[in-house]
This record gives sequence, C-alpha cells and structure tokens, in this order.
Amino acid sequence: MSFDPVLLSRIQFAWVIGWHILLPAFTVGAASFIAVVEGLALKTGHEVYVRISTFWIKIFAIAFGMGVVTGIIMPFQFGTNWSRFASAGANVLSPLFAYEGLTAFFLEAAFLGVLLFGRKLVPPWAHFVAAVMVALGTLFSSFWILSANSWMQTPAGYEIINGQFYPKDWIEVIFNPSFPYRLAHTVIAFFTTTGFVVLGVGAYLLRRGRSVAESRTMLSMALWMLTVLVPLQIVVGDLHGLNTRDHQPAKLAAIEARWDTARRVPLTLFAVPDDKEGRNKYAIEIPWLGSLILTHDLDGQVKGLKDFPADQRPPVAIPFFAFRAMVGCAGVMFLLVVAGAWLRWRGRLYDTPLYLRLCQYGIPLGFIAVIAGWFVTEVGRQPWTIYGLLRTAHSVSPSLTGLDVTLSLLGYMAVYLLIYPWGLILMLRLVRRGPMETPEADAAVEAGRPAGPVLAPAIAVAKGKTL
Amino acid sequence: MTQVLDLVPIWTVILGLAVFFYVLLDGFDLGVGMLYGLAPDTGARNTIMNSIAPIWDGNETWLLLGGIGLLAAFPVAFAVIIPAVYFPILVMLLALVFRGLAFEFRFRDAENKTFWDHAFCYGSAIATFAQGLVLGAFIQGFSVVDGQFGGTSFAFLTPFSVLTGAALMFGYGLLGAGWLILKTEGDVQAAARRHGRICLAGVAAAIGIVCIWTPMISPTVAARWFDWPNMLLFAPVPVLTTAVGFVTWRALSGRAEAMPFLGAIGLFLLSYLGIAISLYPMIVPYQLTLWDAASSPRTQAFLLVGTLFLLPVILTYSGWSYWVFRGKVRADIGYQ
Repeated sequence: MSFDPVLLSRIQFAWVIGWHILLPAFTVGAASFIAVVEGLALKTGHEVYVRISTFWIKIFAIAFGMGVVTGIIMPFQFGTNWSRFASAGANVLSPLFAYEGLTAFFLEAAFLGVLLFGRKLVPPWAHFVAAVMVALGTLFSSFWILSANSWMQTPAGYEIINGQFYPKDWIEVIFNPSFPYRLAHTVIAFFTTTGFVVLGVGAYLLRRGRSVAESRTMLSMALWMLTVLVPLQIVVGDLHGLNTRDHQPAKLAAIEARWDTARRVPLTLFAVPDDKEGRNKYAIEIPWLGSLILTHDLDGQVKGLKDFPADQRPPVAIPFFAFRAMVGCAGVMFLLVVAGAWLRWRGRLYDTPLYLRLCQYGIPLGFIAVIAGWFVTEVGRQPWTIYGLLRTAHSVSPSLTGLDVTLSLLGYMAVYLLIYPWGLILMLRLVRRGPMETPEADAAVEAGRPAGPVLAPAIAVAKGKTL
Repeated sequence: MTQVLDLVPIWTVILGLAVFFYVLLDGFDLGVGMLYGLAPDTGARNTIMNSIAPIWDGNETWLLLGGIGLLAAFPVAFAVIIPAVYFPILVMLLALVFRGLAFEFRFRDAENKTFWDHAFCYGSAIATFAQGLVLGAFIQGFSVVDGQFGGTSFAFLTPFSVLTGAALMFGYGLLGAGWLILKTEGDVQAAARRHGRICLAGVAAAIGIVCIWTPMISPTVAARWFDWPNMLLFAPVPVLTTAVGFVTWRALSGRAEAMPFLGAIGLFLLSYLGIAISLYPMIVPYQLTLWDAASSPRTQAFLLVGTLFLLPVILTYSGWSYWVFRGKVRADIGYQ
C-alpha cells in the first residue's frame, strides 16, 4: 500500500488525542466541582450536597475511567509513531511528562479508589480529602501536559546539538512564552465545559420536576461559576491571541485567512480560503475590525501568510473555520450566561421553561469549543512538531510503513467508535435516573418515596453518624 | 558540561524498580482478570472484580511511569524499542481499554454484562500476551540503524516471543491466584488455589524452556551465565528459583493465605533478576548500552530531584489506599 505513514500517523494522533481531550475537558472541572460539593456537605451537613456529590461521582467515574484508558494510549504514541521526535525532544520534554505522571496520575489513581468506594471505610473528612486530591491531580496534570504542549509551540530555554534538543534553563522551558496563556485558556475552558454540563443537567432535571432541590443547587452553582468564567475566558482568549501573534504569526495569519501583510485589515467573518491561489473566495469582511481585534489598534499591522515560504505555512481552512466555531460557541455561551444572570436577578431562573430548555441544549457547547480550539492550535502550528525547528515529516518513526499505520488507525477508530457512544449512553442513563436514585431504588422512587435505601447509609456516614 | 556524578546507574535502578512494580501490580490484576473468566457464576465474578476495583487504576499507572521513565532516562532506547513492538503495543493498549472500561461499564450496563465479562477476561489475557511478546522481542534484541529501529513492524513475531507471551500469561495468572487467595474465602479461594497450581506448572515449564533457549539464540547471554566464575557467582539464582517454586507449590496446596502471593512475587523477582543479569548493561539488547541510550545529565538530574522526593510520597499514599481496602473483599464495598 502506498499510503503516507506521516499523514496517517498525524490522523491517528489527531484521532486519539481529539477523543481523549473531550474527557479531561469534563473531568478536570468535574473533579473540582465534586470536591467543592463534598466540602459543602462536610461543612453544612446538608443531604442535598451528599446526593449531588454521589450523583456526579457516578458520572465522573465513567468519564474518568474512559479518560484513563484513552490517556494511557497517548505517551505510547510518541514511541510507536513519532520516535524521531521522541529521541530529538526527549531531553527537554520528557521530564515534563514524567512530572505529570509523578505529581498527577498517581494522586488521581490512588485517591479515586477512596472517592468511589471508600465512603463507608474512611471518616467523612478523609473522603473530602480524597476528592480534593483527585481534583488537585487533574490540575497538576493540566499544568504539566500544557507546559509540554506549549514548549512544542513556543520552545525556549534549550540548545540544539547535532539535531538533538538539550535543556539550558528549566524555568524557561516550563514557563515558555505561550504556557501561561495556554494554561489559563485551557483550564478555564475545561471548567466552563463542566459548568455547562452541570447547568444543562440541572436544567434537564428541573424541567422533569425531579430532584428539585438538587437540580436548583446545581443550576445555581454552575451559573455563578459561568457568570465569572465565560467573560473572563473571552478576555484570556484575546490575550492568548495576542501571544500567538507575537510568537506564531503564521498560525494567526491562517486563523484569519490573511494572505498579505497589511495595516487596517478587515475582519473576515466568512470566506473559502484557497491555498493554491493564495486568496479568499466569497469573503464577507468588516473593515478595520481585524486590526482592532488582533493588535488593539485600528492602524495595526497584521502579517500575512505570503510572508512565509510556502513550505512553512499551515493549512488555512481548518484553523480558519475551527476558530470561528470556537468563537461562535463562546458567543452563545455568553448570551446564555447573560440571560441566566438577568433571570436570576428577576427571580425567575428556575421557572422559565424556555431558558431551562436552552441550557439543556447548551451541554455540548464546551466540548465543541474545546475540540475546535484544539484544532486551531494544533493544525495552525503545522508543519512543525517543535515550532520552527523540527518538522512533522521528520518526526515520524522511520520503520513504519503505510500499511502498519493503516492497520493501527483502523484499530483505534473501531475501538473509539464503539466505546465513546457506549460510555455516553451509560452516562445519559445515569443523568436520567437523577441524583436521588440508585439502581436498586428505582421502584421505590417511582412510587414517590424519597431517598433510596442504598443511599441512606452513605448519607448517614457523610453526616458523621456511624452505621 | 562537567559532571560530578554519573546518574545512569541511579536511573537504571529507578526505572528497573518502576517496571518491576508495574509487572507485580498490574501483573496480579491482569492475572485476576484472566482467572475471572474461569469463575462459575456472577457472585464469584463480583467478588473477583471487587478485589481489585479500588486499586487497578493505580496499578496501571505504573505502566505510564515505566513508559515515560524509559523516555526520560533512556530516550534512545524508547525511540528504538517502542516502534519495534508497534503491534504488540497497539494490541496491548486496545485490550487495556476494554478491560479497564469493564469495571465501570459492566456494573452500569446490566443488559450487556456478559459482553463486559468477556471484555474484562479477554482484555486482560490479550494485554498480558502482548506484554509477553514485548518481553520476548526485547530479549531477542533489535536491529538499530542511525539510532532508530531498523527492522520491520512484524519482526517481533517469532516462536520465542510467542513462548514468552504464553509464559507471562501463566505468570500473571499465578500472581492473580495469589492475590485472590489473599483477598477471598471459600469456593473462590479454593478455585484460585487450583488455578494457581496449574499456572505454577506453566511458569516452571516456561522458565525452564526460556533458560535453555535464550543462551542458544544469544552467545552474549550464554557467555554471561556459563563463563567462569560467573557460573558460580550466578548459581544461586536458578537454585533459589527452584526452591521458591517448591515453597509456592506447597503453599498453594496447603492453607497458607499470604504465602502463595509472596512466593509468586519471589519467582517474578528472581526471573527479573535473571533477565537483568543476562542483558546488563544493554538497554537495547545487543546494540545499545544504558550509557549509549541515556538522556542528558541535566535531564536526568532535573527529574531525579523531584523523583526522589515524590516516589516515597506516592508509595505512602498508594500504600494508604491499599490499607483502606485491606482484608477480605466485603460484599458491601465496591460494585454491587
């Protein structure tokens, strides 16, 4: 077979990381949410919090389990498909990956067992500590992996000897120029994603009139957080964009489908970029706005793709459209948050059916924005794995044939297409059951009785009573 | 760059320990997964699965640490070995997906319980076999061109690697049986003793064959063991292995609850030591030494500082989570 192992390896990497990132997009925020709710349960002793926490822990467990098994696949990709990248970059990058494992994965894994199964075995405060540790683990993990990713985008603190990268200054390596922006942007994105999931699930339960106290609390907590985070994210995203302009101008030009360097450039709302002719077709543009947004100056200069040799330009269409999808999601999120804040102020947050329905439809927004943003940043930095220094085409394992990668890609595709829908169905099933119920208690709750018998001991323990 | 201290031996020990921890910890829970397929009914299966439900995730994390540790300490070896075992790694990872998801999915998905029963058992078995293939390919050695793997993606598949694949299935099965004897009672425990004996017989046969076969395919290994005075120096390894094998057999047949597990660990330790003696100082067998493949001293130093601090912390809280779930499996803890 004459398939190109480089292209196939890229598709494979995009496939496994694209699916994987959807899980941390939810679990990073969910772990913190669970820790906060556990903390509230411990402090106030209200059963509502215990039920909310128990409910979300069940959903979290499925997502986290999927995150673990798809996450273990990731580092092996560097070896199986990108061995030349691995051997060239390992001196600088590998400690970041290793510190992720040492500070995050073990923390998550060890305390997850206690969080899931230990409520009856450890005192309530220890259960809370377990929740906090799992949440901390997810945040440490984000820190290190985004540091590594950022270094690949904006390398710093290194020297190159014989084609190998060597570390010179670890602080510069870790806190490379794009890292603070990427970290803030991504973690806020993850929290926002979780926020919209909790908001949507709360709205769904409220619409069905189930678990009213729990769903109101979810809705309210999520909305408070989103009211802060969504506007903040728009500001941080703008700063991240300015950082990209400074360090990866070709990526920014691709995002904006800007071919020629110019001042007072328009903002292109829609176009069909043509890589070959180097121009946009069917462009819809707003004069001057491009310069204003990208440089914060009406007269600002924006670099065009033609400033870069053709073999150093990223593909244009994918970053261009993915960026618009991401910003579009942000716009919808912002409207939902503003509407929610207004309804809350008017005291009608919980009984406006249309709004609750919109919140429910808003559940995927964060995921779409995250995956779109991921495509913007990863396709936009092509054709490099280490920006400007190591080409993607020179990173792939030399021993691989097109057939090898075709087979592995088909394997990953088949398995992911099976497990993702399956996991989603199981999570939806848990959502439909709602916070009050457990499998054994279905009949009891259908009959209109309150807390199920299986949950009662958990509540008693959480309130500090012995069984 | 001046270097006061050669960190390569330290990293060799750390990585060696990490890989050994992985083999032991995920070894017993993969073994438990395989024995799960032999359990007679749902009740037994619940017990078996719950015996590892709270800890499997932590155990599997050592796989990550082993992989990333290899990348960090010996990147050249990582870049040669992992592409060379492209398909075993692929198959292992996909098998681990199914067996890992089986924990949550089996419990949440009553209609498809049987599917996830199979996913758990076959996933564990296939992952183990794939790891055995990797081991076999490793012992056989790799072809290296310009610091990269120079063979084809199917070179791993030989009668020898198939043998080590099967051997590891018996080995993990033995560890799993030891764990189940420790954690369960009654019929489940009795079955584990029976399966443990079968696995031990398989392990003994496999160790014997590998010990004869490896020196035949590699003169280096033959010289290591059979040259004087090495023959005398290393003689305790096979002698001890035989002794531990007998002790384990007796423990499996008797009433001891901890001894079978400890015996299995002993056998793994000795086999591991045997492989280390055979291949030292090669990290890519017969091609690259530990020093050839090592990362830069700065890389090793930067990572060492954190590792020496974090590893004891990790062992402490991982130990605590084992402590929380100590004793026999309780019917009211875990998936029900």
